[in-house]
Amino acid sequence: MQEKVLMKGNEAIAEAAILAGCRHYFGYPITPQTEVAAYMSKKMPKIGGTFLQAESEIAAINMVYGVSATGKRVMTSSSSPGIALKCEGISYLAGSDLPALILNVQRGGPGLGGIQPSQSDYFLATRGPGHGDFHVIVLAPASVQEMADLTLKAFELGEKYRMPVMLLADGTMGQMMEPVALPEPTEIDPTPKSWAATGTNCEREHNIVNSLYLSPDELERTNIERFERYAAIERDEPMWEEFMMDDAEICVVSTGITARVSRNAIVEARKQGIKVGMLRPITLWPFPKKALQAAAEKVKAFVSVELNMGQMKEDVELAIRCTKPVSLCYRVGGMIQTPDEVLEAIKKANEGGQE
Amino acid sequence: MVVFEKPKALTDAVFHYCPGCTHGIVHRLVAECIDELGIEGKTIGVAPVGCSVLAYNYFTCDMIEAAHGRAPAVATGVKRSLPDHVVFTYQGDGDLASIGMCETVHAAARGENITVIFINNAIYGMTGGQMAPTSLIGQVTQTSPYGRDPKTQGYPIRVCELLSSLDGPAYLERVTVNNVKNVNRAKKAIKKAFQNQLDGKGFSLIEVLSSCPTNWGLTPKKALEWIDEKMIPQYPLGVYRDCDKEG
Repeated sequence: MQEKVLMKGNEAIAEAAILAGCRHYFGYPITPQTEVAAYMSKKMPKIGGTFLQAESEIAAINMVYGVSATGKRVMTSSSSPGIALKCEGISYLAGSDLPALILNVQRGGPGLGGIQPSQSDYFLATRGPGHGDFHVIVLAPASVQEMADLTLKAFELGEKYRMPVMLLADGTMGQMMEPVALPEPTEIDPTPKSWAATGTNCEREHNIVNSLYLSPDELERTNIERFERYAAIERDEPMWEEFMMDDAEICVVSTGITARVSRNAIVEARKQGIKVGMLRPITLWPFPKKALQAAAEKVKAFVSVELNMGQMKEDVELAIRCTKPVSLCYRVGGMIQTPDEVLEAIKKANEGGQE
Repeated sequence: MVVFEKPKALTDAVFHYCPGCTHGIVHRLVAECIDELGIEGKTIGVAPVGCSVLAYNYFTCDMIEAAHGRAPAVATGVKRSLPDHVVFTYQGDGDLASIGMCETVHAAARGENITVIFINNAIYGMTGGQMAPTSLIGQVTQTSPYGRDPKTQGYPIRVCELLSSLDGPAYLERVTVNNVKNVNRAKKAIKKAFQNQLDGKGFSLIEVLSSCPTNWGLTPKKALEWIDEKMIPQYPLGVYRDCDKEG
């Protein structure tokens, strides 16, 4: 770890990506993540990297696909409406088993929505952002430090499992400033990847990067093989953080900025004698189901605190098989809960009431 | 003595193209150019959706399949990652001039140092003969059953002319492959388009007027005549940009 510096979340991601050995960035301007592009446009030319402002989100993700097909670390960033446009390309990345980092600094929707923070792309991200049967790994940071740490983690996971990874931040995470210790630079192995399109050098059979399988049995086989890999990820890679869960009777589930707000509410609730803790999923896919199941054996109720109309709440209910009540504390459209609002939701859950 | 053999840059796979389709000729020309320039080992091809979607099976160089229309963006990524390699796209008219027009225009405007082979056969072949952005006025297709009517279906797009208004492209030429003389000219153009990339000159696009006897409803011979009679008047052959001549 390097010495701590004060950085905006979006800039911390950009610098962490560069330190992770990413030398190719493609993007298109959209609030509230444009600082990533601005940072890259300044830095990349000085270190022999590529910054390219693409003609569209669609072009940007396809440029990402091109670099990834050559086996190199590559990223793009956008916000909700732009991510929707990238979904075609994300599906092709997944279908061709290519890694890539896609940063989504979410804003309110649907449609043009607004430019204030949101977590309303939860379904889009966790259900496979694009056509076809697939997943991307979804990481949800709750601090600027985590923005940086999870950027490095995203590249590593993407390469390990050869699949796209979405860093799903809410607008607050992108915009806020905090001290951050950036990761040490990653040494990139220059050996070409065995599967990548890097030129045959007339020494091997040609590599084909492709997601087209016209024979149904072959396409079925590739889908099944991919889901076997997904099963390994669901087993090995869930990440979460627990806060005051040891004796908790109420479990708040929240990510990003709402997890930060919830912490304050939990501290206040404890002062008032309510035994409440928090389970903060860091990977949204794979969702930390086992940790939630373990929590369900101890607590009497869950409160899902989200910046959407209850998308993650469904995953909580699925994870615990609806064995305990799950209430929802939400704000949308760019509004964010106050600690008092979360406290009220905790109190209600503690009293056995549903919202 | 061997007088005619398969280029090394083509695999042994049997083309899936219809009888009389000129994709096979253009594949061969691209492969011959790759052989003659000795670049097979450092060439990467990008084949998007359309009749040539399976081109990745036919060329011996590394190949990438791209989404419909996105080949110039994918090729941009490849070229930025591997600037010393040779990157080409092989695209049809629906791909390049309709769904991928944005990617085409901007790759050209950036002067992206790639080679684009553009097959213009005035129809969507793979999906069974629908109207293309390059379909001629009056042309009967599955989705213009009464003939393309410009009042409701607009006018055919001349890609070389359109791109020639940009400063970015290094070389734009329209050729065809409907007789031996034209095949030889087409090969010369394709080779120059690859040579330009090796010389770092920037974006080169060769538009090849091609036949689609199946979807035109013509015999292979009649289809080649149709290129002379109908297509060339709408799409005149020639050089629309050559940075060598314009300096």
